[in-house]
Amino acid sequence: MSSTNGKPKFAMYWAASCGGCEIAVLNIHEKILDVDANFEVVFWPVAMDAKYKDVEAMPDKSILLTLFNGGIRNRENEEMAHLLRQKSQILVAFGSCACEGCIPGLANLSSKEDLFDTVYATVSTENKDNIRPQFTYQVPEGDLHIPEFYPFLRTLDQVVPVDYYMPGCPPESHQIAAVIDLVIKVIKGEAALPENGATIGANASTVCDDCPRQRNIKKITAFRRIQDVNNLDPEICLLEQGIPCNGPATRQGCGALCPQAGAQCIGCYGPADGVIDYGARLIAAFASVIDSNDPEEIDRIIDGIPDLAGQFYRFNLAGSLLGAAKPAWNGN
Amino acid sequence: MTQMFEPVIIGFTCNWCSYRAADLAGTARVKYPPNIRLIRLMCSGRLDPTFVLKAFADGADGVLISGCHPGECHYLEQNYKALRRFLLLRRTITQLGIEPGRLKLVWASAAEGVQLAKAITTMVEEVRALGPLNWKKLERTNGFHKQVDLAEADSEEVAA
Repeated sequence: MSSTNGKPKFAMYWAASCGGCEIAVLNIHEKILDVDANFEVVFWPVAMDAKYKDVEAMPDKSILLTLFNGGIRNRENEEMAHLLRQKSQILVAFGSCACEGCIPGLANLSSKEDLFDTVYATVSTENKDNIRPQFTYQVPEGDLHIPEFYPFLRTLDQVVPVDYYMPGCPPESHQIAAVIDLVIKVIKGEAALPENGATIGANASTVCDDCPRQRNIKKITAFRRIQDVNNLDPEICLLEQGIPCNGPATRQGCGALCPQAGAQCIGCYGPADGVIDYGARLIAAFASVIDSNDPEEIDRIIDGIPDLAGQFYRFNLAGSLLGAAKPAWNGN
Repeated sequence: MTQMFEPVIIGFTCNWCSYRAADLAGTARVKYPPNIRLIRLMCSGRLDPTFVLKAFADGADGVLISGCHPGECHYLEQNYKALRRFLLLRRTITQLGIEPGRLKLVWASAAEGVQLAKAITTMVEEVRALGPLNWKKLERTNGFHKQVDLAEADSEEVAA
């Protein structure tokens, strides 16, 4: 596939992801026409027909901008990450999966065998012969291969160098539109690219900075699950009301949508600037608001959060310092 | 004969109590195993949970946090904050498959050199029994930073 109109080339690819990032890109409404006016879309499996061999045939660095969403779960994901890195000038880790592992990264809590058991051997699965995916399968015509399933999920930058990070699950459409505007300005020579390695389409601070809820003194004697609470005050900080809200560690960029709608922040925009480990920052924040000095009472208060790893690493397990739980590492 | 496994324990100590307790143990020639690497903080409340996770991710087999006894914090009540962080941390790492015995919280006043040495000895033996942690680690390969790091490493080599 050779360039026909001289426009800079654009690609978007999905690895281990849900497809929400693609929807978010299409959700920029008429801005998508700007993308079409300024770019030649050369590869975007969800939106157009193109083959991997078309990408392989392109000269190196011929794609100006590649938005890569999804984590690296299997060999196909990894091959595509390397291929698109080779063919792209700017590779953006797009969305929480590519940046931090996101929900697919929670599989890093379990071993590969446990994952396969859940998928292929539960009562609701009809799989009498207990068929499992095999990397190699022999047929009369020769050997067939399907992509090998890795023992744990990796973020994009754990596999290839990444130029920019765009967090969010998915990134907010107005943030995507702003980034596209910026890239178009750069192409026209009206703006400069941000520093390599920067986080784009989000701000440096935390969700709390955008949250209009009133903050007083936080002293919690019990954590409560939001579905169990009837009399939630719409004006007061959720964490103050005992709802485990992840706002204090989460990057600002969404406009604090969830707290404004009466739900706690779950952390999809990933760690704010200066946060090395998202869960550690939340542990520090939650420890500061628990109003007790007695170990047994503190333990009882912590019981109010039944799944701590899920609370602290819902979107960040693969990108955290520990990266995965022991069963997943041991599967390697 | 196989070589005995020597665990690496990172110890975070408070400037006002446990670091001085360790100092006292040294002055009084109380013996404790060399497996522990002590890091002095101004207060156990300074302990960012990130330090603990980084220690495990970078190869520590155990982490010991120590601070002033409850009610005796130099900064009024920061050791309670350390206690709450410790309890949250221990549960979280247990869920990630790190044995709870690899993370300990010990109170030690500046006069308790012997007690601290004893606690260290106990912990080293317990972690030795648990075996090596050997946590795996994936490097982030951000292109920009990687290039800078490599350039620095090269220039160092030339100088040597």
